[in-house]
Amino acid sequence: MSKKSFRQAINEALRQEMRRDPHVVLMGEDIAGGQGGTSGVTDAWGGVLGVTKGLYTEFGPERVLDTPISEAAYIGAAAGAAATGLRPVAELMFVDFIGSCLDQVLNQAAKFRYMFGGKARTPMVIRAMYGAGFNAAAQHSQSLYPLFTHIPGLKVVIPSSPYEAKGLLIEAIRDDDPVIFLENKVMYDDEEDVPDEAYTIPFGEANLTREGQDVTIVAIGRMVGMANEAADRLEKQGITCTVIDPRTTSPLDEQTILECVAETGRLVVVDESSPRCNMACDISALVAEQAFHTLKAPIKRVVPPHTPVPFSTPLEKLYMPSADKIEAAVKSLMKQHTHEVA
Amino acid sequence: MAQTLVALTMPKFGLAMTEGKLASWTVDVGQATKQGDELADIETSKITSGYESPAAGVLRRQVAQAGETLPVGALIGVLADADATEAELDAFITKFQEEQAPQAESDTAEGPSSAPHPVEVAGYTLNVREVGSGEGLPLLLVHGFGGDIGNWLLTQDSLAKNRKVIAFDLPGHGASSKNVQDGSLAGLAKVVASLLDALGVSKAHVMGHSLGGGVALTVLRDAPEKVASLTLIAPATIGTHVNADFITGFTEAERNRAVQHELEKLVYNKALIGRKMVDAVVRARRLDGARDALRTIASACFDNDRQRDALLPVLEKTDIPVEVIWGQEDAILSADAAKTLPDKVEVHVLAESGHLPQMEKAADVNKIVEEFLEKSEK
Repeated sequence: MSKKSFRQAINEALRQEMRRDPHVVLMGEDIAGGQGGTSGVTDAWGGVLGVTKGLYTEFGPERVLDTPISEAAYIGAAAGAAATGLRPVAELMFVDFIGSCLDQVLNQAAKFRYMFGGKARTPMVIRAMYGAGFNAAAQHSQSLYPLFTHIPGLKVVIPSSPYEAKGLLIEAIRDDDPVIFLENKVMYDDEEDVPDEAYTIPFGEANLTREGQDVTIVAIGRMVGMANEAADRLEKQGITCTVIDPRTTSPLDEQTILECVAETGRLVVVDESSPRCNMACDISALVAEQAFHTLKAPIKRVVPPHTPVPFSTPLEKLYMPSADKIEAAVKSLMKQHTHEVA
Repeated sequence: MAQTLVALTMPKFGLAMTEGKLASWTVDVGQATKQGDELADIETSKITSGYESPAAGVLRRQVAQAGETLPVGALIGVLADADATEAELDAFITKFQEEQAPQAESDTAEGPSSAPHPVEVAGYTLNVREVGSGEGLPLLLVHGFGGDIGNWLLTQDSLAKNRKVIAFDLPGHGASSKNVQDGSLAGLAKVVASLLDALGVSKAHVMGHSLGGGVALTVLRDAPEKVASLTLIAPATIGTHVNADFITGFTEAERNRAVQHELEKLVYNKALIGRKMVDAVVRARRLDGARDALRTIASACFDNDRQRDALLPVLEKTDIPVEVIWGQEDAILSADAAKTLPDKVEVHVLAESGHLPQMEKAADVNKIVEEFLEKSEK
């Protein structure tokens, strides 16, 4: 066990699964780097943020494929390879690029098992960066997990820490269905203890990162860290929170959310994706429908405004959810309750 | 008067602890206490444990308040005679804060030698932690089913005053390799004997907890020349039954709450089982091969609620010193089995303790074991 960054945890998961199973192959733009150039340098980049660095050197061009700049072609190739026996991990770079290849995901990979009467397996993983806070502007900052969560047949994974990333990616590679694996680009240098051995974290099993009595906070991906920070501050003020990291939005661990809301009677959902039809809406609907009678206060969503992600640093900061905003949301629910009692 | 003032400082429970939270004071200011009385509850990232009074006296000051988190070695309170003046107390506190603060810092720095490290033994990679040195024979700690070196969090360093104390993860557990062969006690005992050889230890005191007690007894049976004395804590292979619901539940539980429910069966005081402790167990279980290793060991050692090995005869035959410590409220392996032990065995049944007396009654167990080891070496 040693401290590893989010980037290293993902690299190690890929490496260990490629060593374990020769069917695991990687595809993507510049995931090795240097291909087709005249410099003779290979393994130059390891992807735009260096996540796959070193894998080309260990596994060679047969298993680490630098693809042409055509998402439709290589995401489609990954779906086909998965249906015919490989376990491809395709890197889409920025999740914002899904527009160029959505049919391969929406109408092909997601539907194979269903359309072929359960006889087809599509063990592919699409890795992609998501999230704002990186000054990457509106076309490279979106959090599109609600889009994938909406499509039956896909599994959607959003790790909240290096430990989570390694275990969830190994689980994703071993899973027989198409998995969308989303990495928050701001988190690549986050560090924590990550076991050297391979391990898996099951899908559909939420993680409680804090346990408290007053408010349940459901947070996704990078928002989990902010929710923890808010919960720790609130604890000093006498308000204790349960923080739920669902880990996967599809499947979603509804049971844990409902149980925790029943215990606290208050719910805040933190979601950095655009506010219409996002996970905050989905989880709020779940609780309103199945646990309304346990609520002591209205559900509160901490979400960005319904605009493209601004490039301007101050505006982007204003756009993003934050520990401060979460803290304020929790306090507003506690106040509402006090008024009712009084 | 000054020598009657005793500084109460944040204790260090094991290698990883650098700070602790004073969860609550159990004694009020002005209240008299005896040595060993619980003064406060200390919460760490891994465990909540009682802080026992280092001396007799009156708790005169609570320097730390409930809920405060402080580094190891920091002053949390002052114990003194009832007639110590307020001025003396103030002077003592000021002096401590000035002089002892830097020392507290250096106390928390651990030498690299006490960090867990891998040792290659007979085809296994074992995670081994060695602490201490001295004239006493080494003491080897063998944890139980599903445990790891963390089970000795409150034991290993305390017993290392005059000897080397070795803790390790059994095959299939903690950070050791997950291959367990047939999972039998004989197989595990062979690994233990090989580990002692690999560490250059020809003879050691052996302390085993639960299934580790069964392993220790098997080492005594198969390699008696290596064992100087035996300390068995809630050992397997003495009674005939085991809590099969626990063995299955603990092996198969996946969600944190299910694991917590199983871990609570191990203790008398359920509050001991914290969220981080549960998380550590869940994380260990997720490693490739970990669950299968437990299944293999469980089926090799237990037939539903029956224990397959019966090693009481080994105890009847041996001439080495043996002591057995059991928690009265043990819900996994009943303390009733202690009644069947031969008279020559020193038996301690501890009240208000479950299956983990070395954690729940750490101070008592450490004292008992220390005295026993000293006696054994005379």
